[in-house]
Amino acid sequence: MSVTPENAADLSRRSLLRRAAAAGLLVTPAAGLLSACAGSEPSKSDEAGGTKSKDNPFGIKDGSAVKVVIFNGGLGDQWAKEDKAVFNAKHPNVTVNMSSTQKIKTEEQPKMATQPSDLIMNSGADIMDISTLVNEGAIEPLDDLLTAPAWDGEGTVADTLLPGTVADGTFQGKFFVVNVAFTVWGNWYNGALFAKEGWEPPKTFDEFFALAPKIKAKGIAPYVHDAVHGYYPRWALMATIWKSAGKQAVVDIDNLKENAWKADGILPALQAWEKLVKDKLLLPGNLNHTQSQQAWLDGRAAFIQVGTWLKNEMAATIPPGFEMKLSDYWGLGATDKAPKDVFAGAGEGLVVPSKAPNKAAAKELIRAILSKSGSAKFAELTKSLASTKGSGDGVQDSALATANELMKNAPKDLIKTKFWDFYADLDKESQNLSEELMAGRLTAQGFVDKMQAAADKIAKDPSVKKQTRDA
Amino acid sequence: MRHGVARFVTGFLALPVALYLFYVVWPFAQAAGYSLTDWGGYSDRQEFVGLDNYVRLLSDELIRKAFWHNVFFLVTVPLFTIALALFLAFLLNVGGREDRAGVRGVFGSGLYKVIFFFPQVLSLVVVAVMWQQIYRSDSQGLINGVLMKIGLVDPDNPIAFTADPEPFLGVPAVLWWLLLIAVWSGAGFYMVLFSAAMQSIPRDIYEAALLDGAGPFHTFFRITLPLLRDTVSVAWVYLGFIALDMYALVFVMTPSQGGPNHASEIFASVLNFTAFQKGQFGYACAMGVALAIFTILLAALQLRITRRERIEF
Repeated sequence: MSVTPENAADLSRRSLLRRAAAAGLLVTPAAGLLSACAGSEPSKSDEAGGTKSKDNPFGIKDGSAVKVVIFNGGLGDQWAKEDKAVFNAKHPNVTVNMSSTQKIKTEEQPKMATQPSDLIMNSGADIMDISTLVNEGAIEPLDDLLTAPAWDGEGTVADTLLPGTVADGTFQGKFFVVNVAFTVWGNWYNGALFAKEGWEPPKTFDEFFALAPKIKAKGIAPYVHDAVHGYYPRWALMATIWKSAGKQAVVDIDNLKENAWKADGILPALQAWEKLVKDKLLLPGNLNHTQSQQAWLDGRAAFIQVGTWLKNEMAATIPPGFEMKLSDYWGLGATDKAPKDVFAGAGEGLVVPSKAPNKAAAKELIRAILSKSGSAKFAELTKSLASTKGSGDGVQDSALATANELMKNAPKDLIKTKFWDFYADLDKESQNLSEELMAGRLTAQGFVDKMQAAADKIAKDPSVKKQTRDA
Repeated sequence: MRHGVARFVTGFLALPVALYLFYVVWPFAQAAGYSLTDWGGYSDRQEFVGLDNYVRLLSDELIRKAFWHNVFFLVTVPLFTIALALFLAFLLNVGGREDRAGVRGVFGSGLYKVIFFFPQVLSLVVVAVMWQQIYRSDSQGLINGVLMKIGLVDPDNPIAFTADPEPFLGVPAVLWWLLLIAVWSGAGFYMVLFSAAMQSIPRDIYEAALLDGAGPFHTFFRITLPLLRDTVSVAWVYLGFIALDMYALVFVMTPSQGGPNHASEIFASVLNFTAFQKGQFGYACAMGVALAIFTILLAALQLRITRRERIEF
């Protein structure tokens, strides 16, 4: 983006737009499309003028303002307000205009080509598609952020991050997305109930199938899942596939390799899920995420699979005496190629739009969010690990403790699937088919065949830009 | 003096017209322009691709499926809504006691009018969220809960409602359940509309019919309905637009917004997915333009078919 000198005409256009926005006129999608046509004009930048130093590596200007939009979902937005305080302690004269929403795409996409916010937490169901943002050049590479000195520690920002965080935010060789939350996924159970009944959380499907009749005998459904959002069951299916068929099988799937879905170990993994459905071990009814989580909290089901944001999301309705504990996804047992790998990774991504007027302050704010004090607050407030090292060390909480425990025993490889970030069509198809499999309308074999067909279709489509992962 | 008035009126009209052109017509024109490009939606990079997007539209399987779902709503929503609204309006206005001269509704029709009109006051999203609770597919759902209590539904096998893709009369069940909501939320408004039209029909005509020995059935089909023709025709066009949209219901009520497994996909949901998930705004604009053309053609056709001489009374 070019930096133009301030001139009167430019300023009046901006203030006019601002006034129009204040009148609520610009929020209509039609007007969003409309303002997009003005996108070829370079927007004014506040970046010029700041002096760069070790304490101010991006040279942000005193007296400037930075606009931040936070996704107010499972993690809430209180942590971000704490980070604002951390930031303002060092830069008291920079105004942070922070707002939070659940409608990221609806509110931010129309502004991306002209007047975007400076820092956007791109997350939730209403997320802006990452590969489109990258392909369109709509977001800024943040490689200089990684090499900048850490806010309140030794070394660079990159040194403070948990393994996987940089890789998770890297697309086409450049670092674009700063994922602030480190999420661990797995099967949750009520520790108090299991201790009372003398049940051991199973490690494999066979152990689960052995335990299930005992759970059913108590009038509890062994398993409940979100049957409305297909990406929920898909996490579990992909985790079992990874454990059973090994990492290379999933890498091949992500890279659209020929017959990748037909690899050894994939079909048996899906057949375990098919059996779970056929044996009627699911709580009846098509519940969504909060309904299914509440059913689990109410003791109507023994296991639910979801990530570590669960505790914060359900904080208001956790019954007294309920002990949230996380156990690893189930594998198939002796035949597993990667039985101990844990499904975890950095999520909840911060992006800086290419046309953001105050990119320096946006990056500086990310540095504050990734600081030791900021990430400790994050873990404390969200009951979820931050993607910086040691964020959860000071927190006393059974949910977080079991997640920590799981991570400590995890091998270097973390379960990670990329195809759903790479290709929107394949994403949709896999969500739909996951729902179908869990609804008992599709067999494991059918799932494999249909996924292979969908992958082949993408591979053959020249209009789709291909992406690959190495590891 | 007259000249001054004209200038005053012109001045008053110019601003709304300008606003309309700027905020309604211009974005439409822009969408048509974008439909000829490969714009991704997040940047100002776009390339002219001619009619490629429209050619692609014709061979898109998902669009074809969505089109037929839209056609289903296009036929059923106006049909059922108007039939129900006419039935209710007739009962409330002329369906009363037939032994007396004059025209009256059934007992308590004023109260019924308020109750039937009520859904119209709620926004469609509120309606959808409310029906989510009614349709909830475990014992805590309103319908499932009641039916389970009286033993009509097996708790292990609840009614899935909008998560059910199994065909009923050749159409996925989820579409029928959505149709029920659309008709429920629309019928009240058209009942009031038809009531107003019925009240403007002179009483003499009914009295004459009554003297000739016409019962409610004949009164309705020989007098009321023919005299309501204009109103019904307008309602039909208007409901046609609503049927072509249906977006809010599909978006809020169905799994994966158009699911399960594309069973409730409509034009608008495919458009939304193409624009915002796939980042193909150019192609999505082409869908929007195609839908707009289809809608205009349909409205023109509808008004043309129903056009005929007016009856003065």
